Amino acid sequence: MTTEVKQPRPKGRAVYNLIGLLVAAVMGFPVYWMINTALKPAKDSISPTPKFLPFPLSLENFHRALQISDFWGPVTRSLIIAGSTVGIGLVVGLLAALAISRFAFRGRKVVIVGILTVQMVPLVAMIIPVFLLLNDLGQYNKLTGIILTYLTFVLPFTVWTLRGFIVNIPKELEESAMVDGCTRTGAFVRVVFPLLAPGLVATAIYGFIQAWNEYLYALQLLSQQNTTATVWLGNFTTTRGTEYAPMMAGSTMMAIPVVIFFLLVQRRIASGLTAGAVKG
Amino acid sequence: MSAETSTVKVPPQRPSSSTGAPAPRAERPARKSGRFSGQAAPWLLLAPTLVVLAVVLGYPLVRLATLSFQKFGQSQLWGFQPTEWVGFQNFTTVLGDSVFWDVVVRTILFAVGAVVFTMVIGMALAMLLMRVSGWVKTLINVALVASWAMPIVVAVTVFKWMFDSDYGVVNWLLSRIPGLDFDRHNWFIDSTQGFTIIMALVVWGAVPFVAITLHAGLTQVPKELEEAARMDGAGAVKVFRYVTLPVLKPIIVMLATLSVIWDMGVFPQVFLMRGGHPEPEYQLLTTYSYDKAFVVNDYSMGSAIALLTVLLLLGVIAVYMRQMLKIGEVE
Repeated sequence: MTTEVKQPRPKGRAVYNLIGLLVAAVMGFPVYWMINTALKPAKDSISPTPKFLPFPLSLENFHRALQISDFWGPVTRSLIIAGSTVGIGLVVGLLAALAISRFAFRGRKVVIVGILTVQMVPLVAMIIPVFLLLNDLGQYNKLTGIILTYLTFVLPFTVWTLRGFIVNIPKELEESAMVDGCTRTGAFVRVVFPLLAPGLVATAIYGFIQAWNEYLYALQLLSQQNTTATVWLGNFTTTRGTEYAPMMAGSTMMAIPVVIFFLLVQRRIASGLTAGAVKG
Repeated sequence: MSAETSTVKVPPQRPSSSTGAPAPRAERPARKSGRFSGQAAPWLLLAPTLVVLAVVLGYPLVRLATLSFQKFGQSQLWGFQPTEWVGFQNFTTVLGDSVFWDVVVRTILFAVGAVVFTMVIGMALAMLLMRVSGWVKTLINVALVASWAMPIVVAVTVFKWMFDSDYGVVNWLLSRIPGLDFDRHNWFIDSTQGFTIIMALVVWGAVPFVAITLHAGLTQVPKELEEAARMDGAGAVKVFRYVTLPVLKPIIVMLATLSVIWDMGVFPQVFLMRGGHPEPEYQLLTTYSYDKAFVVNDYSMGSAIALLTVLLLLGVIAVYMRQMLKIGEVE
């Protein structure tokens, strides 16, 4: 009985592959359906029998989505907001992550517990006082105001995630660099930072996507003229009511760049989350 | 690939925390005499974060608490009337309202359901990824990452379209099954059906992160441990229960914690799915508080509800924090 070594049997693997294909089809279907609807002529979307392939290809939905209201304005604002938030978050957060992962000091545990707890506060619970705060500061309907408030969720996340990446880098590497004559800062810049780079990229991307996806603050803290891409899409209605085909074109334009970007770096993110850093 | 880049195959949290432990112990006696020498650097590094968080989180949290003991509506916002302290009046009104309790129960049921489904499906997918051929794995990964990266608002619009009563593809697909007629079926007339779809949307968006992270964790589980357990006669279930799960526990706790926060804070999914005006039977704590503040313009009542939500979450947070401290995640 004990000789049963679990080598992948071809039959078992075929069953798993079949399940896997099914899972991929179900998980991927909404994305596929969005692109499919966006690319086929609008009249095909309201035919009684749905067309599963977007032929003949048509770009009329994209034209229509761009006509309905300003598209590039919201997208530009979203890029500025998400980029600034992540930039500030990474610089500020990296310092804090270093402090809680590489220094032993009184109150360290309190800070960690504090950051973790703070991360748990749902954004929606904060919207009322944040709205009043920005109102008082004259930052309502300003990009600076919304960048500042986006740090509420990007910063704690950044600190906590970077801490995880730094903890995975063995202290011994820094220590041996310091024995070899590096200063503490030198050891960080030459040894830790290069090993941390994938982690920084992963954190930045995830933070960027969170900021890009944010809806409630953008809805409530910016006026209609000054809105972001998410609110633009959320308000997507035409004089003829909800037209799903151009709406899917708008969705595609908003999602595809993010999805492609994400696909390119996914490997790094997955391994960065758990893998150690010492090469054999 | 990931196996080859790391010789440390055990989950990283444990070894680092155990090597980190002696340091504070050794420092403790020294602290009383000259504590400022080594203590300044970490606080300097922390300072920017703490300042930012104090402004964007600390102050609003305090304001949230004070607001819920005040009367603060439109006229106070414009400064026509001074804010007025009303004691516990907002809370007695809210807590005496049966609608509020319905919302609380609905929110908890929704969050628990979403978290359980996310974790179970995520784990199943992670284990499936260990067992399929390379090309299937790539396909699943592409599907996972694509849905992970989908902005929530985009996902909501796509689901709305898929479940549209007139031209939705789901109704058409279900009607293909013999004996079922879903033609013109409106999924949102009945809130149970409506929430099933909203939950599917939430879980669909949350599973990729969980599955990919757990899969990365699974590749780090030492093969020798599993083999040893198998040699000792453990079946697949026992190996999973006594070897895989304990090794993955820190990751699982982290993921579950995040899932609870996210699923208790679900807002756009419900808000946008119901066209910006969720019906009473679709209100969750988040939308309910938002409605009170920005639709009825009763900011203090909205704050009281939001504060109660935070207090409710504090219970969840406390449970998880204790778990985190126990397993040494926070060292």
